[in-house]
Amino acid sequence: MIILERVSRIFRSRGEAIRAVDDVSLEIGEGQVMSLVGESGSGKTTTGKMIAGLVTPSSGRVLFEGRDIRTLDGAARARYRRAVQIIHQDPYACLNPVRTVGDTLAAPLQLYGLADGRSRNAGIGELLERVELTPASAFVDKYPHQLSGGQRQRVAVARALSVQPKFLVADEAVSMIDVSLRISLLNLLLKLRQETGVAFLFITHDLALARHFGWDGRIAVMYLGRVVDVGPTRTVIEDPHHPYTRALLAAVPEADPHITRTKPRLRLRSQDPPSLLHLPSGCAFHPRCPWAESGLCDVIRPELTHVRAQEVACHVAVREGALPDLAATT
Amino acid sequence: MDSLLSIRDLSIAYRGRGGTSQALREVSLDLYRDETLGLIGESGSGKTTLALAVLRMLPPAAHIPQGQILYHHDGRTADVLSLGAERLRRYRGEEVAMVFQSALSSLNPVLRIWDQFLDTARAHGETDPARVRTRTRELLSHVQLEPERVLSAFPHELSGGMRQRVMLALALLLRPRVVVLDEPTTALDILTQRTIIDLLRSLRREFGFSMMFISHDLSLAAELADRVATMYAGRIVEIGTTDELFYEPRHPYTVGLLQAVPTVHGDHRTLHSIPGSPPNLQRLPAGCKFHPRCPYVRPVCTEAEPDLLHVSNGHRSACFFWDEVRR
Amino acid sequence: MNWATLKRNPGGALGLAGFLAIVVLVVVGPLVVPLDTTTRLDQIYQPPSLAHPFGTDNQGRDVFSQIVHGGKDLLWVATLAAGISTVIALTLGSISAVAGGSVDNAVMTFTDVVLTVPHFPLLAVLAGVLQFRSQTLLAIILGVLSWPALTRAVRAQVLSLKERDFVEAATALGLGRGHIIAREILPNMRSYVAISFVLAMTQAIYAQVGLVFLGLVPLSGQNWGVMIQYGWTRGAIFHKSSVYSILAPIMAIAVLKLSLVSMARIFDEIFNPRLQEG
Repeated sequence: MIILERVSRIFRSRGEAIRAVDDVSLEIGEGQVMSLVGESGSGKTTTGKMIAGLVTPSSGRVLFEGRDIRTLDGAARARYRRAVQIIHQDPYACLNPVRTVGDTLAAPLQLYGLADGRSRNAGIGELLERVELTPASAFVDKYPHQLSGGQRQRVAVARALSVQPKFLVADEAVSMIDVSLRISLLNLLLKLRQETGVAFLFITHDLALARHFGWDGRIAVMYLGRVVDVGPTRTVIEDPHHPYTRALLAAVPEADPHITRTKPRLRLRSQDPPSLLHLPSGCAFHPRCPWAESGLCDVIRPELTHVRAQEVACHVAVREGALPDLAATT
Repeated sequence: MDSLLSIRDLSIAYRGRGGTSQALREVSLDLYRDETLGLIGESGSGKTTLALAVLRMLPPAAHIPQGQILYHHDGRTADVLSLGAERLRRYRGEEVAMVFQSALSSLNPVLRIWDQFLDTARAHGETDPARVRTRTRELLSHVQLEPERVLSAFPHELSGGMRQRVMLALALLLRPRVVVLDEPTTALDILTQRTIIDLLRSLRREFGFSMMFISHDLSLAAELADRVATMYAGRIVEIGTTDELFYEPRHPYTVGLLQAVPTVHGDHRTLHSIPGSPPNLQRLPAGCKFHPRCPYVRPVCTEAEPDLLHVSNGHRSACFFWDEVRR
Repeated sequence: MNWATLKRNPGGALGLAGFLAIVVLVVVGPLVVPLDTTTRLDQIYQPPSLAHPFGTDNQGRDVFSQIVHGGKDLLWVATLAAGISTVIALTLGSISAVAGGSVDNAVMTFTDVVLTVPHFPLLAVLAGVLQFRSQTLLAIILGVLSWPALTRAVRAQVLSLKERDFVEAATALGLGRGHIIAREILPNMRSYVAISFVLAMTQAIYAQVGLVFLGLVPLSGQNWGVMIQYGWTRGAIFHKSSVYSILAPIMAIAVLKLSLVSMARIFDEIFNPRLQEG
């Protein structure tokens, strides 16, 4: 349903060109869940915003139902607008502080035809109930600052639902909510997926969340603006083919003392933080990669290639069919 | 075991617009020599208030109706809450140091890193810049930063992970015996978190200080802590060794937290959020403050608030029915 | 706004009270207090007394009645001028910020050009050419000269608000630019706009009094500025009992401006729902 075709986005800052997103191709079908995982600077948020049409690609195309979104005319464009919605990360910024919950939800309902006051109120009530903010009457006249972070996110979800979207971009939607409450918001999103068949792009830096939310779906790992690893979530996490994915899994701390204190580490070659301003030549990960081969990885940029069920952008993994064991990994 | 820091029945409240918030309610705690203690809690738990109290850095709106913070040193004991200005100044930095989150505002944005080290050293009586420079370079190397590159930089020129490491080095400048860390890995990328965690471990081994960190991240406790305390609504609800809390938790809130955290390994468990919402510190319910959200709730829970009850040696839980609580 | 707000801000409450008192005085007052136009040569420059609370002027006329009648035009021009400049600034500033690109450049260049034109000399020239006989014309001229500064400030605010998540969400929902400016962005600037409006009023008052004082505006009608002008040119400051006739209009203007500025303090609290919690 949504296809990114070799999409790039370049930002200019003080004369420097920053390739925030670099030649990314992704495909998300109807009703599918795609988790987009990466660290800061990976380009995942920019990618999400390009899918939502909020940022224009510098090159490449974004296709919605087969058509380039830039070529869509009036009615088709409006349909696209409604179909793709975004849930933001910060519950304290996602709602207009001077409007009540009711006002915020009324605006899109009114825009899309429910002009009559009574049916609009009914519509608002129904939306609030779908996001489990009950009784609706208790929330309609509240201002955002009177709600908790989790409740605000639910209002943001209700707002997105008001236009009956087919695709939701969740940009770190739970990372600023208390840990003990995250799951219920994620379960709400999953429930909505079951009810309406909406597809998701779930952007997060938290691998465990991506695994949980995207259990039945796919995962794409981004590094310095490029997609380096794509495949079914379970497969990529259990048997990662890309060195960066391996590094992430080895590094992520886990809530189980025995596992986390004894799990094998992956020593990276360089401690330097990656920087979009100084993109390495060839493979972006090569300065830190334990498998990097001089003359190959620092010269030629690897393309996403099929290796069994996944697609990997790594010369060594593709050539060997899997990453060979390293001599010392602890 | 030698106790370095003893907190006894500490209560702290904030006066605010809507009333008084009970941020901490009769908290008692010991931090021993050569250990890492993890305080785990979410919004409203009081963990940040506790950390700030240890350094007496509470905002003006806070007042302390009761309690003591005692610092034990060389056989003597100091009452932190009643230290005079000069001794307090020496206490902060030389005895107990604090490392804040890696936000840009934790370091002075208009001073170079070197100046911040020098200022700190000077404020504590060190007059020889050469000595400070040597020690600073040594510390920066320990935290895996290149001294020359970092010392002449401004905070905004460094990444979040680098800033966090600078703050660690700064905290250790005066050789404190206790280091308090506020959310040391929150908002950092996975790979950067790993660096900081490994660094904290090795620094503790190298310099021998005791560490107390506060976080909402259970996995941090799993990595670093010797003992863990979970906090809820201004109180410690469970405390014990790391293994005890993770494998044999005896408080419904601890269990709830463990069940709410997704993992990278293992089966696709059914995860639950803890039902209900975080406590309103201005209007706390009667009895046990967790009872509105607790699956083990009984009538007595709505009337009386349990103290930390003995589960085993060193392991205590503030739940009347702790022996029924299971993961 | 409620009593709690007023109690929390004694300064603002006082300002509001003062402003309302002046409004009542200059709007309702003229209907109650007749303007004293009788010349009494035996009562020139009398100090304040029960019969004449502010004393008398150089022709024995009651100063208090002149004060009562002399505020309306001043207030009307100030309000109209502030209104015009605020409306222009809001419109241009928000359109410029939201449209961006060449539109933004064009509008800002134009703004800068107008901003650099020195007001008083221009007003002096216009006074000679147009002869401000109508108060409304004066208001329009003042309004048209003072919008540039506010426009830049509005633009800056809108640019920053534009980046907020809830504005992005509104764009994603397809709620067009008009809605975004009018219903999402501007309501977040209410207190800023109100404060700017009030400050623009004080500027307009200043400008009017200055114009009158310099004799650039025809000295017709009753006007606190005119009173000051007369008093000054007739040397009223030089005598102990005559000074009241010039002091009274000066104090009236000062009290008006002080009230306006004090009142502005509570705007932030009135317009910000977060601060309204009791």
